[in-house]
Amino acid sequence: MKYVDEFRDGKLARTLATEIASAVDPAQSYRFMEFCGGHTHAISRYGLEDMLPTNVQMIHGPGCPVCVLPAGRIDMAIQLAERPEVTLCVYGDLMRVPGSQGASLMRAKARGADVRMVYSTLDAIAIAEQEPDREVVFFAIGFETTTPPTAVAIRLAARKKLGNFTVFCNHVLTPSAIQTILESPEIRDIGRVEIDGFIGPAHVSTVIGTQPYEFFAEEFGQPVVIAGFEPVDVMQAILMLVRQVNDGRHEIENQYIRAVTRGGNVRAKAEVADIFELRDQFEWRGLGPVPYSGLRLKAAYADYDAERRFAMTDITAPDNPACECGSILRGAKKPADCKLFGTVCTPETPMGSCMVSSEGACAAHWTYGRFRDLQRKQAS
Amino acid sequence: MSSKAYKRKLDIRSGCIDMSHGSGGRAMAHLISEVFHDSFRNQWLDRGNDQAAFDVGAGRMVMTTDGYVISPLFFPGGNIGSLAVHGTINDVAMAGARPLYLSASFIIEEGFALADLKRIADAMGAAAREAGVSIVTGDTKVVERGKADGVFISTTGIGVVPDGLDLSAEKAGVGDRVLVSGTLGDHGIAVMSSRQNMTFETDVVSDSAALHDLVAAMVAAAGPDIRVMRDPTRGGLAATLNELAQQSKVGFRIDEDAIPVRPAVAAACELLGLDPLYVANEGKLVAVVAPEAAATVLAAMRAHPLGRGAVDIGRVVEDDHRFVQMTTSFGGGRIVDWLSGEQLPRIC
Repeated sequence: MKYVDEFRDGKLARTLATEIASAVDPAQSYRFMEFCGGHTHAISRYGLEDMLPTNVQMIHGPGCPVCVLPAGRIDMAIQLAERPEVTLCVYGDLMRVPGSQGASLMRAKARGADVRMVYSTLDAIAIAEQEPDREVVFFAIGFETTTPPTAVAIRLAARKKLGNFTVFCNHVLTPSAIQTILESPEIRDIGRVEIDGFIGPAHVSTVIGTQPYEFFAEEFGQPVVIAGFEPVDVMQAILMLVRQVNDGRHEIENQYIRAVTRGGNVRAKAEVADIFELRDQFEWRGLGPVPYSGLRLKAAYADYDAERRFAMTDITAPDNPACECGSILRGAKKPADCKLFGTVCTPETPMGSCMVSSEGACAAHWTYGRFRDLQRKQAS
Repeated sequence: MSSKAYKRKLDIRSGCIDMSHGSGGRAMAHLISEVFHDSFRNQWLDRGNDQAAFDVGAGRMVMTTDGYVISPLFFPGGNIGSLAVHGTINDVAMAGARPLYLSASFIIEEGFALADLKRIADAMGAAAREAGVSIVTGDTKVVERGKADGVFISTTGIGVVPDGLDLSAEKAGVGDRVLVSGTLGDHGIAVMSSRQNMTFETDVVSDSAALHDLVAAMVAAAGPDIRVMRDPTRGGLAATLNELAQQSKVGFRIDEDAIPVRPAVAAACELLGLDPLYVANEGKLVAVVAPEAAATVLAAMRAHPLGRGAVDIGRVVEDDHRFVQMTTSFGGGRIVDWLSGEQLPRIC
């Protein structure tokens, strides 16, 4: 398959692994955070950890939009779906995300709520057209990648004068989250969590470009390499980060030049800016309320805002106190450090959101990598 | 008195099922005769009994049953009818058995088009005839509109295992080889591509096929050296290997580079965020065989049209945790875990 196979070429990856091994300074440790779940998935799925020197460690960041959605927002969506007139359209990943007290959209559906899995915002528009008697709500989540399709759906609904289509908006912004992680006490207090560099988002950067990350290199002195989601991309990005650390550089480098430019997708950005505006703050699971990190519909598009139409009120629901999703999303702990991991919390019965999506740090480790914990335990 | 005088031909072209077709009256008799008997035609059905009496040869009998609720009912490469025949034949065949007889039970939704029902029945009849198996008894029920999704079919199969053969799931032993008969994921992707809310086009067709003939060729080549066979349907290769690992109390080590996946299936999986190892097959089998017989079995498989793409994908290993581990195309390792929930597409 073109544009895929060449970036999954094992021989090329092994060459990169050799180069990384010879580039690293054995006396130094390299701790890199991959922000995106897509990278986490590639690292686990292809067993990249086995190909890296032991002093290069990958920390899984909060870049899975499903994982950072707080339980309260799921509870709000469930309440909405339970209204008899509402058809809630969701991306498949959301179905099993736990709300509070074990609730989920999948369970709500089993109890009779009209929840439908869609692949695209346009599917939701089609349902609204075909079923004019239903109040069709699209549960919009995701980073800058999935925001433009939501914007297109809203514009389309406005053009078609669809009175029965609204959006429950949960779109969030990547740069605000990176900034929050870098400013968290765990990172700022030297010695608790060290991060020597970031692998920057792939798909997000196709939209926003590399420019928004320049601030991090300057302000926090952190090297950032924007990288694609294929395993060879990740290996090359790690090599680029190792070289930056060795040289004492902290620059924005773009490994994903086949898709990402400095300015990003101008048209998509304009579309989003026209329809959405910043919320003062938005709650992230694991990070808490993050200022200016979430989007909502502008007043001009209020007719398409589910929170306004159904007078939805915010719900704050605490996570399971033993769940370490928060620390894991901030890179302060690893999945195996959590007491719930693999005991009561598994992909079948997720307690925290990191176990739900295949891009979540816990699910990726459980699905692909947990044999390493057992091997380590046996070795010791 | 001739019953012919009362017989009104079913309007198969434009008619549809109504509640009377399941009521036990004349309408039901017409339906059974003009749709099912006509499509399945054999000496047992012709006798018109509520059961079929037949001879079985020497050997142990095997029996299996399966329900089919696929959506959509028609997909590239088959329909629910051919699937209901192939699927049950394959479950019988995986014991190394020769399938002989099938039963078929239909739950039909009120309003279902007779033309569609006839197409499904014809496909069942054709699939059974091609496989040399007879559908000898059946049942028809009609439920109100909205209480079913078109038609649900249950089939039960009976077959006979040759003497000296005892394939079973607990028999995979350390060192045994793992063979698959061809490309993985074709059926699942063909079905997905024909779902209404899917907006991708592909030329992938379902691999739905009866595998007993391929099995017979394998048994003739290596008989008792085949430990266990299974058809990786729902949950795909991943589910099958995890089941066998639990049942045989072993682990598997498979090689990603060896696993055959059509480029079009790989592309569709990319698009939908699926992993072909978890996608359903309906015309493929996985065989665990003694290491010394692996080459012989593989050659026998490749000599058969349904096993032309057969490959050796790995081996059985000792593992207290019953993991299915895979050497990735990168040389790294990963687990191939059970599927949790439905395989849901990723969104970014």
